[in-house]
Parts: sequence; structure tokens; C-alpha cells
Amino acid sequence: MTNPAISDIGSMVMPTRQELQVQQKRELEKKEESMIPARVFLPTADIYETNDALNVVLEMPGVDKNSVDIRVEDGVLKIEGRLDFSKYQGLQPLYTEYNVGHYSRSFRLSSKIDQNKIAAELNDGVLSLVLPKVEEAKPRTIQVK
Amino acid sequence: MITTFADPFDALLSLQRELESRFASDWLEGTTTSRGPFPPINVFQQGDDILALMELPGIDKNELQIQAKANTVRISGKKSVDYSNDVSVHRRERVSGDFDRTLSLPIQVDPDRIKAEYRDGLLALFLPRAESDKPRSIKLK
Repeated sequence: MTNPAISDIGSMVMPTRQELQVQQKRELEKKEESMIPARVFLPTADIYETNDALNVVLEMPGVDKNSVDIRVEDGVLKIEGRLDFSKYQGLQPLYTEYNVGHYSRSFRLSSKIDQNKIAAELNDGVLSLVLPKVEEAKPRTIQVK
Repeated sequence: MITTFADPFDALLSLQRELESRFASDWLEGTTTSRGPFPPINVFQQGDDILALMELPGIDKNELQIQAKANTVRISGKKSVDYSNDVSVHRRERVSGDFDRTLSLPIQVDPDRIKAEYRDGLLALFLPRAESDKPRSIKLK
């Protein structure tokens, strides 16, 4: 049971659908100097957890399957996506709103992740990583006797 | 009868976002006309023709509409980020929602010859200049 007068005002003031915002690309803060003369951006990431895995979803538009490099080193998961700049050759920019560059992001893994079973999939510029948990980290129900 | 608002903080936050998006959009400037500044666009010149690139990672092609007329191109659609309900989200950076953007071009395009390509999360629009819009050279007699 809702009061129609109030809900009317509400719908007038508040848009029913949310307009998409432009996200400023965040540039990677590098600890060391780089040898490649290109910008490196942090891909936007979502992290969610299911019962048996941790999932990381990264947006890397313009990166194809062969240009993604995923490594686990010293418990750090490093994802790198290289952009093919040759596509931009011979193009004369008229109007630009975003910068292009490579993508790089690192995540420190906890010991609860099974580092040998990490799987990755790239679809339409969205990289989905599945990080399975080790057996002992999975939730279990304890029976009351 | 008790009327409850969904969440006053949520409502305030979305108002704030709306106001900020008005600032962020370029609707007062003479660059491109748009209803919203999403998706960000890069426009290039390729000989006589124009190439427009947009970053739209993870879009369902069926949710994307492209319309063109004379010197305007409209790109509208929906970007959805869906996870099943039984997961717990630790970090949320990807945005989702509707977008609708109209681009005014400095040239007349041939709407029948426009090509759109969506690959690796990049939307490329090839906008060929209309023959009638191209300059003609006049021979001296």
C-alpha cells in the first residue's frame, strides 16, 4: 500500500533509470621506471565470491585474447593486457574523450586460493578470472549432535 | 498507512550523481550534442571518412542500437553487469545502466554505407562522407 501522491512526486524528481556515468581511467602508479613509451591504465575490476571460488572481472576494451598475460608470482596475481597501437596508425584524431594505453593490475592472493587452478576467459573486452578456493577454505555446515 | 521510501540515502546519492553528470557532460559546449556523456568517444579522420571509436566492454550486441541520419549518429543501449544473487560482492567498479548518446558530425554521412563493428569491447563506426557532401573540382575552360 503506497501513497500515490508521494510516489508521483518521487518519480518526477528522481529519474527512474540511472544514466551511465563516464569513469575516468585510472593510471597505474608504477614503482619502477618503464621502458615502454605508453600509458598503462588500471582496468576496472569487480570481485565477487561464491561458495567455492573468488571471481575477478576486469574490463579491458581493445585487448584481444592473445595480448593478455596472466601470471602468479610470489602470491601476487598480475594481469597485463597489451593494446595493439598499430590500429591507430594513419588515423588523424578529430575529437578525443579518452586515452588509450595498456592495462595492468595486480592482486595479492591469500593462501585460501588454489593458485594452480586459476582459469581465465576473455569476452568482448571483459576478462573473467575464476580463482578456486582450497578445500579447507570452502564453507561447510557442521552438524549438531 | 505508512509510506516508506526505498532508501533516502540512495535517492540523495542518485540526485548527486545526476547533478554531477550534468557537469561532466558537454551539453553546454559546442563539441558534440549528447544526452549523456557515456560512452566516451574518440573520433578520427580517415581520408574523406570518419571513424568513431567507443569503449563499451561487455555489451550484449542485441542491446545496442545505432541510428544515423544526415549528420547525426545516435548510439543507445544498455550495459548490464549481472552476477547471480547468491554471491557476495567484494569490489564493484564496473558501471551498468542505460546510455543514449547523439553525435553531431561536421560532415554529411551516407547512412546506407555506415558500418559498425564490435570487437574486443570496442565499438567502431565507419561513417563514410556522403558523395553529395564531397567537394567537386571545377574544370577551367
